[in-house]
Amino acid sequence: MHKKPTYKPFGNASILIEWQAIIDEEILNDIILFKEKIQKEKSIVVADFIIGYNSLTLKYTNEISNYSDEVESLKSIYKQDFKLQKTEKFLWEVPVCYDLEFGIDLKEISEKSNLTIEEIIKLHSEKIYTVFFIGFLPGFLYLGGLDSQLHFDRKPNPRLKVAKGALAIGGKQTGVYPEVSAGGWNIIGRTPIHFFNIKNDNPCFAKAGDKIKFKPISLEEFYQTEKEIAENNYIIFKTLLND
Amino acid sequence: MIRVLKAGFYTSIQDRGRVGFAQNGVPVSGVMDSYAADVANSILNNSLEDALLEITFGGCKLEFLVETIICVSGGDFSATINNKPIQLNSRIKINTKDVLSFGKINFGARCYLAVKDGFLTKKVLGSRSFYQNITNQIIIKKGDILPITTFKSGLETSNSAIKIKETHFNSEDIYCYEGPEFELLKDHQKEQLLENIFTISNDNNRMGIRLNELIENNIPSILTSAVLPGTVQLTPSGKLIVLMRDCQVTGGYPRVLQLTGYAINKLAQKTTHQKLKFIIKSI
Repeated sequence: MHKKPTYKPFGNASILIEWQAIIDEEILNDIILFKEKIQKEKSIVVADFIIGYNSLTLKYTNEISNYSDEVESLKSIYKQDFKLQKTEKFLWEVPVCYDLEFGIDLKEISEKSNLTIEEIIKLHSEKIYTVFFIGFLPGFLYLGGLDSQLHFDRKPNPRLKVAKGALAIGGKQTGVYPEVSAGGWNIIGRTPIHFFNIKNDNPCFAKAGDKIKFKPISLEEFYQTEKEIAENNYIIFKTLLND
Repeated sequence: MIRVLKAGFYTSIQDRGRVGFAQNGVPVSGVMDSYAADVANSILNNSLEDALLEITFGGCKLEFLVETIICVSGGDFSATINNKPIQLNSRIKINTKDVLSFGKINFGARCYLAVKDGFLTKKVLGSRSFYQNITNQIIIKKGDILPITTFKSGLETSNSAIKIKETHFNSEDIYCYEGPEFELLKDHQKEQLLENIFTISNDNNRMGIRLNELIENNIPSILTSAVLPGTVQLTPSGKLIVLMRDCQVTGGYPRVLQLTGYAINKLAQKTTHQKLKFIIKSI
């Protein structure tokens, strides 16, 4: 079992709560649980939450007048054992086209890894990934669970322009670029799904604690799905997860 | 309405930014110098939430299509109405067809134009602050029509003005707190950080400000965690980056210092080649 969290001031209006520095789903669940409790008790004074692999940052609406009192109050909230409203976690099925037209680094990865492109796609699309948090760009999910055979260093020179929807591998992580951006990860495919859409009340469909599975689709299916999304005729397939 | 005759170097609409969306990876954004913006809104009896025009280095020329009252605050870019100089931090009556222009930079990097009841562009995720892929526009451009309401009477104009202290623009002192990873620094690294004078490099914008001078760095990267506007990150090359209002919500470089809210505003008024010194405050 992981150790209890520790508390640090982060400026005079934020508190950084940290767990053991490892990437671990048990820690993630503890972070999410604590976040929900704080949200319930302190929604008036805490305006924003930022989740990291092993951290939860609370941004207060105003300067924290007494830091040690505030930490004591958080510690007692952490200890509370109330039954949370069941937060629904989902497994999202994200269609991805691994065609070489989009997977521009697949050949290089194949050469370096002695895996065929088919094997890479299989290894990548069979896993179920955990959403640890969202950062870097609006809607950029930090996903855990990449097969160790697919760990590849970031490119020495980042590309100035990576396409929206590009599926990529960076070190031990995998993820989707939610918009056109510069980026140093290895591109292995593309999804037509919007990971960030300001037109939706909740601009990013997934949240920390959710799961993602990538479903390989053909080029034709990619363009068909892209069209359906543009016409507002597409719903991402999701399954409710029971803990 | 206001017609943009010249957009200037970098002019955008900003308010207090986006609160409550950090979990979706959405940056705060908002006015770089919230102190100057608050002064401008307060002088007009506006809400502090009202949106303003943030004008970086001037070069901007605007024609008013309605009557209103304005206030210009922050950096001094020799503002004129119909070529007559106007006073900063003061209420100024505007008639239809008046032209507001900005000229020579006397001090500061950003100035704010507040109009009665604020700029009324569309709110996205609770804010009007321009940001890439969230709002349609990132900067205003020539020919744009910016929505403001007509304001005819009810607020006295006045020749008196509030003065913002000169130190807001010319002091090198940047107050900050120890950042979450400050304690990982060795004593001589702390000394370098707190005794050196740093220079702003030409790599500076609304997202962050890179400093020229290097700090010896042997502390490892951290697991990706929160960063805030005002967070000072120490990169593997030894360069420091001070994150500003448009910064991303998470990062992996050690966070050695955290600027006070007011220090972010002061830094927002500095530009390339200007100097600064970090001074630690305790929480």
